[in-house]
This record gives sequence, structure tokens and C-alpha cells, in this order.
Amino acid sequence: MTSALGKDLLDLESLSPEQIRLILDTAEPFKEISERAIKKVPALRGSTIVNLFFENSTRTRISFEFAEKRLSADTVNVSSSGSSVSKGETLVDTARNLEAMRIDMVVIRHGASGAAAFLAERIESNVINAGDGTHEHPTQGLLDILTLRDKLGDLAGRRVCICGDVLHSRVARSNIWGLKHVGAEVAVCGPRSLMPNAIEQLGVTVFERIEEAIEWADALNILRLQFERMTGGYIPSSREYNRVFGVSRERLEKAPRDILILHPGPMNRGVEIDSDVADGPHSVILHQVTNGVAIRMAVLYLLAGGKPELAEAAKGGSR
Amino acid sequence: MPARATEQKILLSATAVERTLRRMADEIVELNDGTGNLIVVGIQRRGVQLASRISALIEEREHDRVLQGSLDITLYRDDLQTVGPRPVVGPTDIPWDIDGRNVVIVDDVLYTGRTVRAALDELADFGRPALIALAVLIDRGGRELPIQPDIVGKKVSVDKGDRVDVLVDEIDGRTAVVIVPATAGPAE
Repeated sequence: MTSALGKDLLDLESLSPEQIRLILDTAEPFKEISERAIKKVPALRGSTIVNLFFENSTRTRISFEFAEKRLSADTVNVSSSGSSVSKGETLVDTARNLEAMRIDMVVIRHGASGAAAFLAERIESNVINAGDGTHEHPTQGLLDILTLRDKLGDLAGRRVCICGDVLHSRVARSNIWGLKHVGAEVAVCGPRSLMPNAIEQLGVTVFERIEEAIEWADALNILRLQFERMTGGYIPSSREYNRVFGVSRERLEKAPRDILILHPGPMNRGVEIDSDVADGPHSVILHQVTNGVAIRMAVLYLLAGGKPELAEAAKGGSR
Repeated sequence: MPARATEQKILLSATAVERTLRRMADEIVELNDGTGNLIVVGIQRRGVQLASRISALIEEREHDRVLQGSLDITLYRDDLQTVGPRPVVGPTDIPWDIDGRNVVIVDDVLYTGRTVRAALDELADFGRPALIALAVLIDRGGRELPIQPDIVGKKVSVDKGDRVDVLVDEIDGRTAVVIVPATAGPAE
């Protein structure tokens, strides 16, 4: 018996609209817990969670760690540097060794697309994908959708444009799938060199000029240019990118309506987003960060526990 | 469940519920010696509606505002590791500093006492009230923990499998307290 989400959270593509709504609705009461003087509830007391980060991360790892601690879980952080991973141990061996120490959940970030699913098939613990290569980053997609829902209400028919480095972005994929599941219209905008081939097949509109995106959208989710993943000359220069695709106050002032500004962070100020937009009145970037903790608490809560065979035993059931 | 309606026994009608809540409101004011320092906290879900009705009755009599809050105890349940699927978590809203206040917890039915145990733990995470009291509309016995109410609407004795359901307008479309025998099938 598993939760209404199943054993793992690997992507948003395979979730149903009902499952996405369940996570978003569950996140609502969790927002309040972080406002309390004592920010802790005993829901996951006794659960052990390993945060297995094979790629650098500050925001996501801290956000997961806060979520875990506010649910009273015990957490261990494992990063690739300074562990056996750097001695050449395989992913499965690392996880199996952790499992032998009786853990309940693994939160994994890995540079290879599909790493979370690969692990989930091979261990019994719940697996949460915290970003795998250029595939998906489901909790980021969920927190973006929660933030949009907070500000816009029902997202059916609302227009969200994902701007920038879609090619390298797992955030973009999770957003596209998640937003389409909740009925939003989705577009992407960026240089052709940073667009995946056949992106239109995901059912998104493609804008080649940022001005068109601003004219069309209710919200812009501005992605970080992932220089560390760019092995070739995808763009002429940061300055050139900012001149053509950067979201600036001047460009936003021409919009027919107020546009919400999201960014998954960390920002390259002055490249994909200008400072006066990032800190401007329509920016919900810090709201995203706050919601991130609530979304992760909801996912942890929904995946954890739920072992009815123990309930039968507690009742002194006949079986 | 209209087909099963005949099997239900009405314990309190809407007017009887109203009369009982009025007496409970009076007893809360007496216990608290007025409305100063009082916070009435309902337990999700139907305790919240009862708490707001009791608060309204106190306000009507005392011409003074009564502070209210609501508590969802799901995350404090002692069976969370064993129930599945995951129970829905409702909103908790305690917008007041409860330190040094008199907190009256309001719930619909007191049975095993496990919900109240969870509520006491949760309240302790919000502060240190001077006093916590427990007011319940129905006490059906069957306690599994050393917890007793301070104010009781009505005490009933029913068989272990029977359900005592408190219905409120806001959720159920009518107000009443009914006893549903074990043979009437599972809860809605």
C-alpha cells in the first residue's frame, strides 16, 4: 500500500491533475507551520531521510532540510565530494549501503537525467527527485505552480511563459508538464540555440522575441543561463543575451497587463533579469522560496508512512 | 444516505443542540470568570463550527469580543505511521499569543481522548496558557487515555461499534446529534 502519490516523486509528467492538486492543497496548511514560534510538527518523527546530492545546491538542499526538520524527521546529508562517491562507488551501491542502515527516504540530485528513476527501481525507500540532469525538478515545478496559484487563483487558461535557457533546464520541463496538467497555457521564449529540438511537440507556443512573450503572458518564469552546462558557444555573450532577451523594466512597462515575475534562482542579475525587475513590485521570487518549504513538506508527508499492515497489527487484527 | 436514515437515532435535535450550546457557553464564562483572557479553540472539523457558535453565544450575552482559533491535529496524531492513505490536513489558525491565557478547547465528540492528547501537544507548541479546559458537546465514554472534559453538553453510553455523529449546518446542511448503529455501514 502506498500513498495517493505512489512510492516516489520522480517527475510531473506522469502525475495526474488530481495528484498535483492534492500536493498543492496539502501544501496550504503547511505554510502556517513555518509562521509559528516553534516551527515543528511531529508528523515524520522517527523517519530517517538522506539528502543525496551529487550536484551542488544551496537553495534546494536547504529547503528540503528545513522541510524535513519541520516535520521532525532525522536527516543526513551526503554530498559527492568528501564521500565514497568520490572514490568511485556507484549510485546504487551508495544507496544500498544507506538502506542497510535503515533509512526511509532518499532525496536525490544528480547530474544524469533519469538517475532518480534508476534509483527508485532499485531501492525500497521512497525516492524524491531534487533535480536529475536536464530531465525534471518536480518540487521546483510544484512550488512555481503554487506561487502562481497564490497570486492568480485558478490557473486554467492563464498564460505562463518560460524564458531563457530551456535547453538545459529541468525546471522548464517540470513547469511545462505541471502547468499543462492544471490547465494553463504555456509558452517558451529564448534563442533558438537554447531551445530543445521539437519543443513544440510538448504543446507549447514558441516565441523568438521577448517582446512577444511580454505582450502575451500573465507570468514570466525566467530561467538562469546555465553557463556550467554550456559546453559550446550557445550565446555570443552575456551582454548580448541581456540586450536581446533580458527582462528589463523598460520592456515590462510596455506590457498590456501586470506580469508576475518568477525565477528559480540563483539569478544572474543583469543577464536574464535586471535588478529592478528582480526586486520590483511584481516579483514573487522570494515568495517562491517560502513556498518551496511548504511544497516539500507536503510531498514528504504524502509519501511517508501509511503502512496499513501496522494498523492491522495494532488493532490485533485476525491476519 | 437516505436509505439508512431510519436506522439512525436522533439524540439531540437542532433546538436541543442550541439549548445545550447555550448552557456550555454559560459554563465557559463561569469557569473563566468572564471573557477577559479567554480564547476558544475549535478542533477541525466540526469542533470549529461549535466553537464559533459558542463564541457567538458568549458575545451575545457578555457584549464582549471572544478570541477564537482553530486547530487541526492531523500532524500530531499518534497513528500517523500506520494509517494509510495519508489523512487530509486542515488549516490551523491560532492568531493570538496564548501565553498566560485561558484556552478552552471545543470538540464535537469525546471518545478515546487521543484527539485531545494531540491537541494538547499542538497547543504547547504555540505557547504556555495559564489554563487549558476541555468542552465537548458529546461525551460517549470509552477513554483510552487519562483525559476528562471540564464541560460536557450531553453524556451518552453507546456500544463500541456505534457512531455518534454531530451534524452542523455549515458542513452537513443541518444541525443534530445522531447515533448510527454499527450495522448501518461505514462512515460517509
